Amino acid sequence: MTVKNKKLNMKDKYQYLTRDMSWEPSYQSKKDIFPHEDFEGIKITDWDKWEDPFRLTMDSYWKYQAEKEKKLYAIFDAFAQNNGHQNITDARYVNALKLFISGISPLEYGAFQGYAKVGRQFSGAGARTACQMQAIDELRHVQTQMHAMSHYNKHFNGLHDASHMHDRVWFLSVPKSFFDDARSAGPFEFLTAISFSFEYVLTNLLFVPFMSGAAYNGDMATVTFGFSAQSDEARHMTLGLEVIKFILEQHEDNVPIVQHWIDKWFWRGFRLLSLVSMMMDYMLPNKVMSWKQAWEVYYEEAGGALFKDLARYGIRPPKYQDVANKAKDHISHQLWSTFYQYGHATNFHTWMPSEDEMAWLSEQYPDTFDQYYRPRFEHWQALQEKDERFYNNTLPQLCQVCQVPTLFTETDDPTTISHRSTEFEGERYHFCSDGCCDIFQYEPEKYVQAWLPVHQIYQGNCEGGDVETVVSKYYHIEIGKDNFEYLGSQDHQRWLALKGKKPLAGNKQDAA
Amino acid sequence: MSIEIKTNTVEPIRHTYSNIKRRFGDKPASRYQEASFDIEATTNFHYRPLWDPAHKLNDPTRTVIRMQDWHAVTDPRQFYYGAYVGNRAKMQEAAEHSYSFCDKRGLLTRLPESVQEDLLRLLVPLRHVEMGANMNNSSIAGDAIAGTMTQMHIYQAMDRLGMGQYLSRIALMLDGNTGTALDRSKGYWMDDPLWQPMRRLVEDTLVIKDWFELDLVQNLILDGHLYPLMYQHFEQWLADNNAENVSMLTEFMRDWYKESLRWIDSMLKTVISESPENAEQMQAWLQQWQPRVIEALRPLAEASVGIDALNEVSQQFAMRLKRIGLIQEGAAA
Repeated sequence: MTVKNKKLNMKDKYQYLTRDMSWEPSYQSKKDIFPHEDFEGIKITDWDKWEDPFRLTMDSYWKYQAEKEKKLYAIFDAFAQNNGHQNITDARYVNALKLFISGISPLEYGAFQGYAKVGRQFSGAGARTACQMQAIDELRHVQTQMHAMSHYNKHFNGLHDASHMHDRVWFLSVPKSFFDDARSAGPFEFLTAISFSFEYVLTNLLFVPFMSGAAYNGDMATVTFGFSAQSDEARHMTLGLEVIKFILEQHEDNVPIVQHWIDKWFWRGFRLLSLVSMMMDYMLPNKVMSWKQAWEVYYEEAGGALFKDLARYGIRPPKYQDVANKAKDHISHQLWSTFYQYGHATNFHTWMPSEDEMAWLSEQYPDTFDQYYRPRFEHWQALQEKDERFYNNTLPQLCQVCQVPTLFTETDDPTTISHRSTEFEGERYHFCSDGCCDIFQYEPEKYVQAWLPVHQIYQGNCEGGDVETVVSKYYHIEIGKDNFEYLGSQDHQRWLALKGKKPLAGNKQDAA
Repeated sequence: MSIEIKTNTVEPIRHTYSNIKRRFGDKPASRYQEASFDIEATTNFHYRPLWDPAHKLNDPTRTVIRMQDWHAVTDPRQFYYGAYVGNRAKMQEAAEHSYSFCDKRGLLTRLPESVQEDLLRLLVPLRHVEMGANMNNSSIAGDAIAGTMTQMHIYQAMDRLGMGQYLSRIALMLDGNTGTALDRSKGYWMDDPLWQPMRRLVEDTLVIKDWFELDLVQNLILDGHLYPLMYQHFEQWLADNNAENVSMLTEFMRDWYKESLRWIDSMLKTVISESPENAEQMQAWLQQWQPRVIEALRPLAEASVGIDALNEVSQQFAMRLKRIGLIQEGAAA
């Protein structure tokens, strides 16, 4: 190291307080200490070129985070003491929280584990420190989320066994397999997948809908968590951008590998977000914005600018981006329709949107809603009024990669399912799209291992010979409490009683 | 006379999450419980890790130690994230006060040059040991599974980074924030024969594959000798060399070590009492690694606090082992 007699600037001082603590080993080989850095094909010529995405020493980390926690828990306490759950717009809203706690919170713990691992795997100490701080932030997120939801769990159904359900329930293998895919990948792919694609490119399409949804619907506990996590997320985004630039600048051979990961993780992320699209458009009694708008603002505009910026590294926008852009007119309706008919096997309720909501959907989706989706809903509404609420008793075909039922349609042909299939080593595999089919063909050995919930039910591995037994015994979904239609559910009845209204007989539409 | 505000009590349908209820019954649970138990994925993993195809994700066989239920290990401090950062924020506030006091009064730069050099040679290089401990604990946090276990190790990892940063700041105070003292101090770590057995030991811990073995070597054996030697006995040495003021800069480490004994000893006791096989394995690791730790510390002790201090540390460590349920065999310095 060169001798410096000048006072250190902020950047150099921070490097002395982090990466200078590391050293070139001589008693063990570097390869044995860091055995996972090579197999992905990424070449790192100089870890010293790593720019610290943020400069937080531990003393300031403890200090700032402690201040945030103190305020957060004061509000959680006040929320519980004053029964803040009564101030939400409508009990239907809580179904978004059921989806959140069983689908998203377990991913925060997975992220904690993943970042703790890569916080050890990299030989660059600057990158390790940044990943470790993200690891402990993610631990914060899962724990504060459990605490934020704790009071709702006491007064509403469906939130009571989140991580158990995450491992087992059919639609929760969508988020679970997403994170398993990232964590079972190597450290550079993990960072490209999670820090860049997820925490940077797509985060606003996950975080904003839930947190603004909470704000628009009187849920003080969740929105307070959101506000409190904002500065954590800002750090995580900076790491995501630094990671991608660093890898791309390190070696030109890295570019095609990273491009493939961007393609893959954009598509997997987009498929995961289809769950969020239906939440935004259907589960929030007070709407924040439509999925279509959110996609335009946060992906088409912001993502467009980002990928323009990355063009100088030889990176192009993700493959099948156009398919995703066009799907914004459809996916929330397609997803809600699916969950509506499989509502007997979910830990949350579904319902038909009210007249007002359908009018809003028509307005937001002028080219598609009235033509394709309103008639479907009116048909189901009519059945419901005849006490023939529709449940589909045949389990769906799942996509081998994203594990969403193969419900998506061809671009420009919204009445045809974009089903694909291929053969690998004598076996047939099915996909929801070209995007997922490509991902499979690049790494078939990985995706043939998938634990597809529907297949596992048919193989008899889910503790039941029929769906009802699987749902109650294996999933821990309490039949008649957690699942089925919202109208007439326990949540609905309790809510009406709370608001001084009598539960209505039958299945008439009255959600407020 | 006391005033009590009447509040509207609403009857809940349950008192806590089902996973907490299965363990502790249907009653209001603590923040620590809801944050720490059964929040991890345990089954139906979709793909095998490319970096370790022999194991699954969240695979309990990444250590040879077997527990019926790793949640049997709990934290006597009841630290979940918020409690952890709250506690550390207070500790860092006290440390900040001492550091700025020392800096303002020039308490370190006023020391004789030879003593300053001794600090750079004998104390500051411990920041590299801290970096090793940081890596080892982050690794354990990524390999262990149960929330009660993993969180203690990520807190431990971040603590070690923090303490490495405090040690670094001692050098920065000496060199007037130029980094020259840090460079010199690192030279000792890399080349001075005094540090080589220790540097070798730390590098060797970085390739231990079994995470519980690593836990034992790092958090019990190495720290169990290093901290008493360098943060308790070394204080006396500082006083003998008219540098007692420095000890206010290591107060954080003493408080931290005292606190860390609580969860480490409790964890080890729980794992030992699980089965004779666990106890036997841990005893074997202890016998393998403790002599190496003593060897690594010997030159440092000889150059500073003296070999008697190391002997004393070793004797105290034997008593600690006995309380935990392990036996020290002929590992005197």
